[in-house]
Amino acid sequence: MSIKVEHVTKTFGSYQALKDVNLEIADGELVALLGPSGSGKTTLLRIIAGLETPDDDDRCAVFFHGENVAQRLVGERRVGFVFQHYALFKHMNVFENIAFGLRVRPRATRPERPEIQRRVTELLRLIQLEGFGNRYPSQLSGGQRQRVALARALAIEPRVLLLDEPFGALDAKVRQGLRDWLRRLHDELHMTTVLVTHDQEEALEVADRVVVMNQSRIEQTGTPFEVFHKPASEFVMDFLGSVNVFRGRLEKGRALLGDWSLELPELDPSSFDRQAASSAKLYVRPHEWEIDKRRNGTPSLEAKVARVNPAGSTAKVLLSLNGERDLLVDLPFERFVELDLHLGETVFVAPKRVRIFLPPAANSEHSAAAAERPAGADTLEYMI
Amino acid sequence: MAGVTTQRAKLIGRNQASIQDPVWVRWLLIAISIGFVGLFLALPLLTVFLEAFQDGWRAYLRSFNDPAAWKAIKLTLLAAGISLPLNLVFGLAASWAIAKFEFRGKSLLITLIDLPFAVSPVISGLIYVLIFGLQGWLGPWLAGYDIKIIFAVPGIVLATVFVTFPFVAREIIPLMQEQGDDEEQAALSLGASGWQTFWRVTLPNVKWAVLYGVILCNARAMGEFGAVSVVSGHIRGKTTTVPLHVEILYNEYEVVAAFSMASILAVLGVLTLAAKTFLEGKVQQAYRETLEPSAAEA
Repeated sequence: MSIKVEHVTKTFGSYQALKDVNLEIADGELVALLGPSGSGKTTLLRIIAGLETPDDDDRCAVFFHGENVAQRLVGERRVGFVFQHYALFKHMNVFENIAFGLRVRPRATRPERPEIQRRVTELLRLIQLEGFGNRYPSQLSGGQRQRVALARALAIEPRVLLLDEPFGALDAKVRQGLRDWLRRLHDELHMTTVLVTHDQEEALEVADRVVVMNQSRIEQTGTPFEVFHKPASEFVMDFLGSVNVFRGRLEKGRALLGDWSLELPELDPSSFDRQAASSAKLYVRPHEWEIDKRRNGTPSLEAKVARVNPAGSTAKVLLSLNGERDLLVDLPFERFVELDLHLGETVFVAPKRVRIFLPPAANSEHSAAAAERPAGADTLEYMI
Repeated sequence: MAGVTTQRAKLIGRNQASIQDPVWVRWLLIAISIGFVGLFLALPLLTVFLEAFQDGWRAYLRSFNDPAAWKAIKLTLLAAGISLPLNLVFGLAASWAIAKFEFRGKSLLITLIDLPFAVSPVISGLIYVLIFGLQGWLGPWLAGYDIKIIFAVPGIVLATVFVTFPFVAREIIPLMQEQGDDEEQAALSLGASGWQTFWRVTLPNVKWAVLYGVILCNARAMGEFGAVSVVSGHIRGKTTTVPLHVEILYNEYEVVAAFSMASILAVLGVLTLAAKTFLEGKVQQAYRETLEPSAAEA
């Protein structure tokens, strides 16, 4: 079941939670809505579910498989909604919780008792909680409760599955397990699924496509690879993973960052807004640094090793530039061993890749194209 | 090894002593509390039964041979029987509105629900006299249709409803607010109708609090004196409830009969207390289950 959201705006009192949001989700896709708290992601999910009504607007529409369901009540949309805090029925046991959606159907469409029994048993097997039917929610762990909530949502054979921060309240290990399980479940059922999360790792790992949201708008939509490696805006760059940010002035062929200049042969700042070019932000991801003990040919920064954390598949090194600012560098573990770094040691680092986000000059031909982008910025990417 | 353990034990003892009050303070406080409860609560309760049974079982039972006494018991049951369902419906409606919706004047409504607790019952009785009495606003008009409210049964019921109406609402509102409406949303998303959601999800979640409120409401409805006294007119065998009948008997020096009637109220009080203690535990459990997930998540 495909989902299409058009021109959705939502205002709570004086606060605008969504500003003219458009989104398309293909049939059978697993999409993650990713963003910081207050970015509007949960509101968008609840509008898709019908738990929230968007502001009045003639153009506003929510399509399920081409059918506009904007006027339909939540109960009529046949969505499986999983709440952040499970929202299990406390006074019902696991079996009754899962059976609820079947039992409340009008008599004509309500399955017979044995049929309900069969379906619930099947779902209990699916969530690996066979034999837990008689337990009450208070007797289950957080991860088990979340799986029951999922089974309860699946029991009504929903057309889409909507998950609101489903693993937000669980500890790291349980999260990871449930994440993998959800992905496998999705590959098995192929049900269109929308997942809200503020955890970028979760979004990148589980989803087919990631929708990055910020300040009531969609910043970027793309595959995990695209949003991580080709961020469309400073926000996406910042939000997905850690990053080193430098502020500097762009000139022809180079960027001046305080005492240090970076050669960028193709750089031509004349096509960009002059003011922005005079104090641009340069982004370098921690794994995009070259690190050496000797100064080699490429222009490089001199830094001191301030902290080393080799516990992990990559070694995390914190360098200090003139004792003024810190630099995050991720090294493959083998490279780390090979370099044999020690605290206080002087090293030379150079970026392998730099990203600059710039608004185009007002009179430039870029502006028309760029204006359509939500972030309104052009991305410059330099491989060195 | 043993030495270390003893030392630690000593340390713990000293630490505990430092944060606890001296022994005599503890004993004094306990003695004051027990003395107070004994003198002002247990002793009067005991007196009620001693007085009622001072001439033995037969005399006690004879007190109930009076038709006026039965009339009073029936009227009390009627007043309680009418105000309880009204209270229940109002309590559920008000708490649902307050806990699940946002609307203007919500805090005013919450304040007004407590009004009967703040106002002296005599005043609430007088209000009805002023409205429905023969000299009141609606009195003459009602009299034209031969409808009698004051100094009649309807007045007693009205006064009872007024003084008891906060009980159920006050118990459910905080619990519903605590529980939020996640479960209701879940039920709706699973296709349940509004009624199904109410009967299968909302009501079971607050059932103990409802029962708790009902018990308290019942005790108050049956025991109310002030407001009922003002509107009743004290027509023996017609407009007297049990508490009013006790007063009449007492004023007529029929001590055994008065205390026999009073013993009914005393037994009701003890039963209410027992039910209250049991239900308090259940309501606390409902609160805990609401809080528990967030505690586990922290």
